[in-house]
Amino acid sequence: MRTDITKINEKTPYQDLTEGLMVFAGGTAKLFKTGEWRNNTPVWDSEKCRQCLLCTPCCPDSSIPVMSGRRGNFDYDHCKGCGICANVCPFGAITMKEGMEP
Amino acid sequence: MTNEKKMSTPAAPIPERMSGNEAVAFAIRQVNPDVMPAFPITPSTEIPQMVSSYIANGLMDTEFIPVESEHSAMSAAVGAESAGARSMTATSSAGLALMWEELLLAASNRLPIVLTLVNRTLSGPININCDHTDSMGARDTGWIQIYAENNQEVYDNYIQAYRIAEHRDVRLPVMICQDGFITSHGVQNISLLPDQPVKDFVGTYAPEEYLLNPGKPVAVGPYAVTDYVMEARKAQREAMENAKQVILDVADEFAALSGRQYGLFEEYRTADADYVMLIIGSAAGTAKEAVDELRGQGKKVGVLKLRVFRPFPEKEIAEALANCRAVAIMDRSENYSGQAGALGSEVTAGLYRQHSDILAVNYIYGLGGRDFTTEDAAAVFEELREGVEEGRPVGQYRYVGLRG
Ligand code: SF4
Ligand code: SF4
Repeated sequence: MRTDITKINEKTPYQDLTEGLMVFAGGTAKLFKTGEWRNNTPVWDSEKCRQCLLCTPCCPDSSIPVMSGRRGNFDYDHCKGCGICANVCPFGAITMKEGMEP
Repeated sequence: MTNEKKMSTPAAPIPERMSGNEAVAFAIRQVNPDVMPAFPITPSTEIPQMVSSYIANGLMDTEFIPVESEHSAMSAAVGAESAGARSMTATSSAGLALMWEELLLAASNRLPIVLTLVNRTLSGPININCDHTDSMGARDTGWIQIYAENNQEVYDNYIQAYRIAEHRDVRLPVMICQDGFITSHGVQNISLLPDQPVKDFVGTYAPEEYLLNPGKPVAVGPYAVTDYVMEARKAQREAMENAKQVILDVADEFAALSGRQYGLFEEYRTADADYVMLIIGSAAGTAKEAVDELRGQGKKVGVLKLRVFRPFPEKEIAEALANCRAVAIMDRSENYSGQAGALGSEVTAGLYRQHSDILAVNYIYGLGGRDFTTEDAAAVFEELREGVEEGRPVGQYRYVGLRG
């Protein structure tokens, strides 16, 4: 029954779906690009950013990656453009732009 | 795996006297499932109570969870079964109604949970006695439903349930139904099986995929976007269709073990019958008694006792009724469609699809524990006879024993 779920898509016949639509993998939310629904887009100004990391834990979609104690650019595949990060940033390093593109 | 065909040799029967609740609790002890979350409700309360006693006395080691409601009972059963544990619960009436949401989840997540239901009416008016309003209300939740006429059948059905539910072509939950008080509290003779043959018959549960499986992550019950819902339902329906053959195969194996043969339904003196009563549960015993009396008077009557309501054996029923002149379809629930009871509508649809035009009359009987007597059954047969032989118009949707 164990199936590579990356082989399942909207064209898959019902006989080839997993029983009860079980998903045989972990961390599969990564594969689902929720960022496609975005109307507003946060833009990061790395110059103004002081790396205080207040924004990262506030993001409900884990879309502000941190590597070696420093934040990087947004994960636009999953950022839904809610604007929370722009609101919490004490240094005005995040601005919201209308539309999908940063 | 429990799905392989096994050679069962006859086991030495143990004669006993038991109520239906005692019989099912005895079977639960023998099967010793991994987890049983339950909440008490009349008339099924004795089942978790007796199982708790068995556990307290060290006779079984099922993890019993005293939950705070039936909603939680079925939720816990869904969780435990997803985790990989053989799970079960027991309930009645409003308890089943409170489980509704999780009943659907158990089926759609393809979890082979077993529920022993003691049929009791649903409010209102509030009443604690038997009818089939509860299980018939849950008929579209995707559960297999198997009904018993008496204590022996409850016991036998429970032992067969896991083999059906866990079969790889099925993987669906099973509801084992018995009539509240009439069967659940009525003490009757019963032939029990020894523990070991029962354990061997049921086998150990070894699911292929389950949550507590290190290194093999799995998500159960994920959100499905519109692209997947219809396909999931169709696959679930196929599993239900597959259950029909599996139920028959398991019944054959059980017959080899116990000497008692079950099918989708039982035909009692129907071979040459002109008039047949199609009925579910304990009232089938009353109907058989009436048939014996009427046969003594030379009347060609018989009983078709439905055992399996889900999957619905539409074609098989229509074929079994092919040679009779009229059928009384007996519903022990009122579903307010204004047209027919649950069984009435499904059987008549089946007759139509099989191009049968026998007289089919739907009767509602026994609601809220109202007695159904041999006289009632005889009167129904007489009504069918008058309809066919004397051309007296018979309404299509009638009540038995109603005042007014
Ligand atoms: S806009 Fe919202 S979703 Fe996007 S990065 Fe900021 S907090 Fe996260
Ligand atoms: S809150 Fe602002 S300053 Fe702090 S890490 Fe985030 S973007 Fe940089």
